[in-house]
Amino acid sequence: MTIQFNDETFRDDYSFYNSERAIKRFPFPFHEDSYMYSVNMEQHRGGPADSVYEKRFDVDEHYVAEMRDRAMVLADDPLRCQSLPHMTLAGWDLLELIMVSKSEDYPDLFELHRDGNNWRWINKPLGIDDSFVFLDETTLPYGPMEYITRQAQGDFCVLDQRDDNLWMDAGMVTTQADWSLDFDIGMNFFEWHAPVPLAHEKGIFVRALKFLLNIQQGAPARRLNWTMTVNPLLDTSPENYHKWGIQKTTLTPENIGAKQHLRVELQTFFRLPRSNALVFPIRCYLCSFQDIMTVPKWGRRLHRVIRDLPEELATYKGFIDNRPMMLDYLKNFDDGQPTSAGIWPDLETEPSLAK
Amino acid sequence: MSGAEKIAVTVTDIVPLNDLVTRFEFKRTDGALLPTFSGGAHTVVEMQDGDITRLNPYSLMSDPMDQTAYTISVRRDDEGRGGSLFMHNNVAVGDEMVISYPVNLFSLDLRARKHLFIAGGIGITPFLAQIKQLERFNGHWELHYACRSESLGSYVDELTGHHPNETHIYYDDQDQAIDLVSLLDGQPLGTHVYVCGPKGMIDWVRKTAADEGWPREAVHYEEFLAPQPGKPFEVKLAVSNKVIHVGEQESLLEAMEREGVDAPYLCRGGACGQCETTVIDYTGNFIHRDHWLDDSEHASGQKIMPCVSRFEGKTLVLDR
Ligand code: HEM
Ligand code: FES
Repeated sequence: MTIQFNDETFRDDYSFYNSERAIKRFPFPFHEDSYMYSVNMEQHRGGPADSVYEKRFDVDEHYVAEMRDRAMVLADDPLRCQSLPHMTLAGWDLLELIMVSKSEDYPDLFELHRDGNNWRWINKPLGIDDSFVFLDETTLPYGPMEYITRQAQGDFCVLDQRDDNLWMDAGMVTTQADWSLDFDIGMNFFEWHAPVPLAHEKGIFVRALKFLLNIQQGAPARRLNWTMTVNPLLDTSPENYHKWGIQKTTLTPENIGAKQHLRVELQTFFRLPRSNALVFPIRCYLCSFQDIMTVPKWGRRLHRVIRDLPEELATYKGFIDNRPMMLDYLKNFDDGQPTSAGIWPDLETEPSLAK
Repeated sequence: MSGAEKIAVTVTDIVPLNDLVTRFEFKRTDGALLPTFSGGAHTVVEMQDGDITRLNPYSLMSDPMDQTAYTISVRRDDEGRGGSLFMHNNVAVGDEMVISYPVNLFSLDLRARKHLFIAGGIGITPFLAQIKQLERFNGHWELHYACRSESLGSYVDELTGHHPNETHIYYDDQDQAIDLVSLLDGQPLGTHVYVCGPKGMIDWVRKTAADEGWPREAVHYEEFLAPQPGKPFEVKLAVSNKVIHVGEQESLLEAMEREGVDAPYLCRGGACGQCETTVIDYTGNFIHRDHWLDDSEHASGQKIMPCVSRFEGKTLVLDR
């Protein structure tokens, strides 16, 4: 299958768009009509054909534009990519994981040729053809983690595992939902999760950490998380809050369908073999309200979820002020009919909106 | 599914090292490469011993970057329930076996300026892989290795031959002992200590290090417990709605598996915490043998680790 890469931007004129195919495969994050934090983890071993779950690292029509946006963020702020000295081996592990996965899963786009430690990597969409020596940093233009994550969609946290905890000791974070690698670097699982409301009390983080510490080689896992973003911005970082925070006030009943985006993170977890570290790729998918409304089931459900979401969560996710305007818009797409279980669009079986 | 992913392998070499220890080499049966791993990792080897499936963990001792073969060393335990005897007596070159993907519960702390290894007997095996890993990246390490006697000193010649400056050997039968206090005292800042060997040695190193003011995070240890035989007992499994009998020679975990109950596990040696099970009701005494639960949890009567721990008494009801 060939992918047509969009020529689009995630800033200034916001020419980002989703094709019909991208809308259909959007990872809608609600499997029922309400939402609360839970230890929502499952194995990451493929999924339905052409879904975002199918490949180990999903590559889609936004690939080239996202990588261009990442390069701009890094040019302005190099601290978005950091790796403590003991994490270099984990960086090589990650480079190998991504190169092997992408060349096997998308052979028409990526090629990896290995002769012992002499590797050649071809990335056709980005026009890269590099030869280097595996485990020899001097043969790459960047450290191994930075090199490969400049060519992979989504943010990456690389966690060292020691003392029965995970430590955020390396990462490439340019498409985040309002948190900062520079602030969190060196923190452990409980420290970086401290700002999250309600989940600590429910014991979610203690159980989630136990699960993560036991993720083994060859058995990756995944979960979905979500938030809201006005305008299709990838870089909603605290560092740039002064630029994007204000845009939340530009929402009007006329433009909300186009401007308001549901932001979904496909989070995966892989054990890295040589370093015993854990990598946590956070892949961000954006979809405008008006595009989501083309799927009747999603329209009904999004209205119910946003209406009933606890205030603490709407506040933490940063849309409490805009919630009334969202509901005014969304209620037009909820005719009160029941919805089928699960996240899939079910276009053939779910009824269209009753007028 | 319980446990780590599986790999089908063929036994490609068997080398007896001395009276007690034999080395086994595995290659993938399909001819493909094995996964790389990190020094300190183990694999769980499945043994089909008549009707019984035995699953024993063994540290991987080969070079972690060598994807063509894995090697393990197995010490014969004449008193144990038979896993090591099966490996010694029933396994031949060419046999096909199933092993798990590597799992590491004893990994190097890569922040350490220096790695100080303390091994007792067969506890040398994880260090052999860690040393190979560190050598590749010019890591700084030192090994202190206690063996019963010269004739039982597995891999002593290889270690002293390749790494004469880093390796220090102590023979019990020559009354040589590690002078632990001065050894710990003389270490540079940023050293991490790792111990693998019999329980007494692990306790001694941990206690001495604590007394000498070493931070807990700088002291790493691994002891695989083999499940011990014991008096038979009965267990009621509330979720599966079954009453099962645990025989003298099997563990509670093995008995559940025999009865088709999908019970979680990883290390099968009381170290990883995966098999932790809630006790719903009991009258009697637990024989806790794991390293996972702390003393107060052991005393509480609310949890049991079925891979190594047993029970003596009238009733035991588990949430499984
Ligand atoms: C090691 C992997 C993980 C990393 C690196 C990570 C990182 C983060 C970070 C940086 C935040 C933002 C906190 C802030 O406001 O500053 C966050 C939020 C959160 N995390 Fe994690 N996390 C991980 C795994 C998990 C897992 C397994 C769960 C499972 C339940 C989880 C649940 C949450 C929740 C519920 C939030 C709040 C998100 C929201 O409401 O938008 N995290 N995480
Ligand atoms: S299986 Fe690891 S503690 Fe029981």
